[in-house]
Amino acid sequence: MLSSIVSLLTATLRISPPIALASIGGAYSERTGIINIGLEGMILMGAFAGVATTHFVGNPWVGVLSAVLAGGALGLLHAVLCIRFKANQVVSGVGVNILSLGLTTLLLQVIWGNRGASDSVRGLRPLSLPVIRDIPIIGDILGEQNPLVYLMLVIVVVAWLVMFRTPLGLRIRAVGEHPEAADTVGIHVHRIQYMCVTLSGMLSGLGGAYLSLGWLNLFSQNMSAGRGFIALAANIFGKWNPAGAFGASLLFSFTDALQIKLQGVGIPIQFIQMIPYILTILVLASAVKRAVPPAAIGKHYEKGEK
Amino acid sequence: MKKNNYHRVIQLLKRESVADVFISFVAVVAALLVGAVIVYISGSSPYEAYKALYEGAFGSTYDFCQTLTRTTPLIFTGLTVAFAFRCGLFNIGGEGQLYIGGMTAAIVGISFTGLPLYIHLPLAVAAGAAAGGAWALVPSVLKARVGAHEVITTIMMNYIGILLCSYLANYPFKAEGWIAQTNVVEPSAQLPRLVASTQLSAAIFLALACVVLTYYILYKTTLGYEIRAVGLNPDAAEYGGISVQKSIVLALVISGMLAGLGGAGEVLGLHKRFIFGFSPGYGFDGIAVAVLGRNHPVGVVLGALLFGALRNGGMVMKQMTNVPTDLVVAIQGIVILFVAAPEMFRIFRRIKKGGIKNAF
Repeated sequence: MLSSIVSLLTATLRISPPIALASIGGAYSERTGIINIGLEGMILMGAFAGVATTHFVGNPWVGVLSAVLAGGALGLLHAVLCIRFKANQVVSGVGVNILSLGLTTLLLQVIWGNRGASDSVRGLRPLSLPVIRDIPIIGDILGEQNPLVYLMLVIVVVAWLVMFRTPLGLRIRAVGEHPEAADTVGIHVHRIQYMCVTLSGMLSGLGGAYLSLGWLNLFSQNMSAGRGFIALAANIFGKWNPAGAFGASLLFSFTDALQIKLQGVGIPIQFIQMIPYILTILVLASAVKRAVPPAAIGKHYEKGEK
Repeated sequence: MKKNNYHRVIQLLKRESVADVFISFVAVVAALLVGAVIVYISGSSPYEAYKALYEGAFGSTYDFCQTLTRTTPLIFTGLTVAFAFRCGLFNIGGEGQLYIGGMTAAIVGISFTGLPLYIHLPLAVAAGAAAGGAWALVPSVLKARVGAHEVITTIMMNYIGILLCSYLANYPFKAEGWIAQTNVVEPSAQLPRLVASTQLSAAIFLALACVVLTYYILYKTTLGYEIRAVGLNPDAAEYGGISVQKSIVLALVISGMLAGLGGAGEVLGLHKRFIFGFSPGYGFDGIAVAVLGRNHPVGVVLGALLFGALRNGGMVMKQMTNVPTDLVVAIQGIVILFVAAPEMFRIFRRIKKGGIKNAF
């Protein structure tokens, strides 16, 4: 019993990075007032860039770097459209998603000649932590995981500290709550927005790299499978707080781990696979009323507007 | 004289509808250019690819009928997105609503025997519409009651709906054989073919009827007026005595019904049965169709025709030049990004006025 709980928790942590990293990115983007529906496409593009770069270069860490850059590029594109060109933020995000899906599926066929999946590439090998792995239970869960899982844990802590314990974090939150006031006290509203939306793309790209290089060691068509949208729900459930978003991501990952464990118990697989999606709706339905988004979310800020 | 004409063009462009058409047109041209660059980078000739695409879409009567066949579901899903958008709602759940509508129409089409066509066919079509509407009900109520963002909930309903259809097509309603599909629906529930040896069915008339109907609802009824008022400014609408919650629920449910009808049209007209995977993503294509058509029913028809042609021609392009059909999906994404940011086009004007430096 205990061992199956431990293995479930280990699996939860192993599954969590794509959703957790993207939801932290979502928190940063939306705290500055820019809705980012494009997280899904940024994860997908990151997953693809990671595998494609590793395929050509041979080093998965270069792949991870390229995934972060690819996600960041899409984040910057979304930022430019929303800030500079005053695009409807939801429409732009949906455009990013569709563009990513089309482009990655197209390039998948151009590079590997297969519409379903790429060839296998060298992935990231798990890391074994010397002291921690000997502690009972904690050692089982945390002792041997992928390096990106450890990186994610560091990012959660840093993201929380930056947002709530630094002047920069205060500025970020001010921009999303009251851009006019932030502007009055000398904060560069648009610069903060560009920075945070690009960051959300980079974090999603990193999550995508984990999906492809830390897990399956290949890219398959549309492999993000809705994780970007689940990350958005996790961000709302976590009240636009990196630590809360991480906690909510663990909840979603837990149902995903449970879903995998439950396969083969006699219930048709389709119903088991529905669980994470149904949970997302239930969580959203119960959380939204209590969750108050940043006041200026979705609005375009023009310097000098009253 | 020349200056006069120039002014007349500017005056014309200032009219919103004309400006909308202009922006959509420029967005399509720009997206096709970006698409050409993608084709070139991936090692093929853009000229050959687009030539094959055009000939595949419009090269012969047969090709044109096939293009119209692909256009039909896109009219439905384009209307789906456009109708909800008029109420300020983003229904990305068209794919799931299409699946559920198609499956329900198939079940009704199989289950009743001995009914006359004039009862069975409308019954199956109505069942598809009702099922699509029901699938949109959960997100609509959650949006109206607690404000849960419809983008997330409709996406989640997509996964749930498609998985449910996968179950139904694999177990209770599975036809003999390896493929996840239902039996052929009764002849009394089939939409007739229009042109021999092509796949074009009467579903396209159903689609065009829905175009007229959505136009009528949106612009000629109180309900449509209320839906558009909520879409423009929910606070003002509420203040003016309109029930925002009611408008949201009705707009999203009608939107879902349109997608459900699209599924019924595919199942009863094109395939004559439910086949799992019958939609290559029509629900998502509908977003590009509606965005391009500026959420107007007539614009939707034009947008659907364009993407129907791209979808159909894309298959020929794949055979002739080996450029994957997914180029069409990438082009859709680019079109959406261009149309989403009309400010981008103002730059051209500023470049003309004050040089590149002052444009940004």
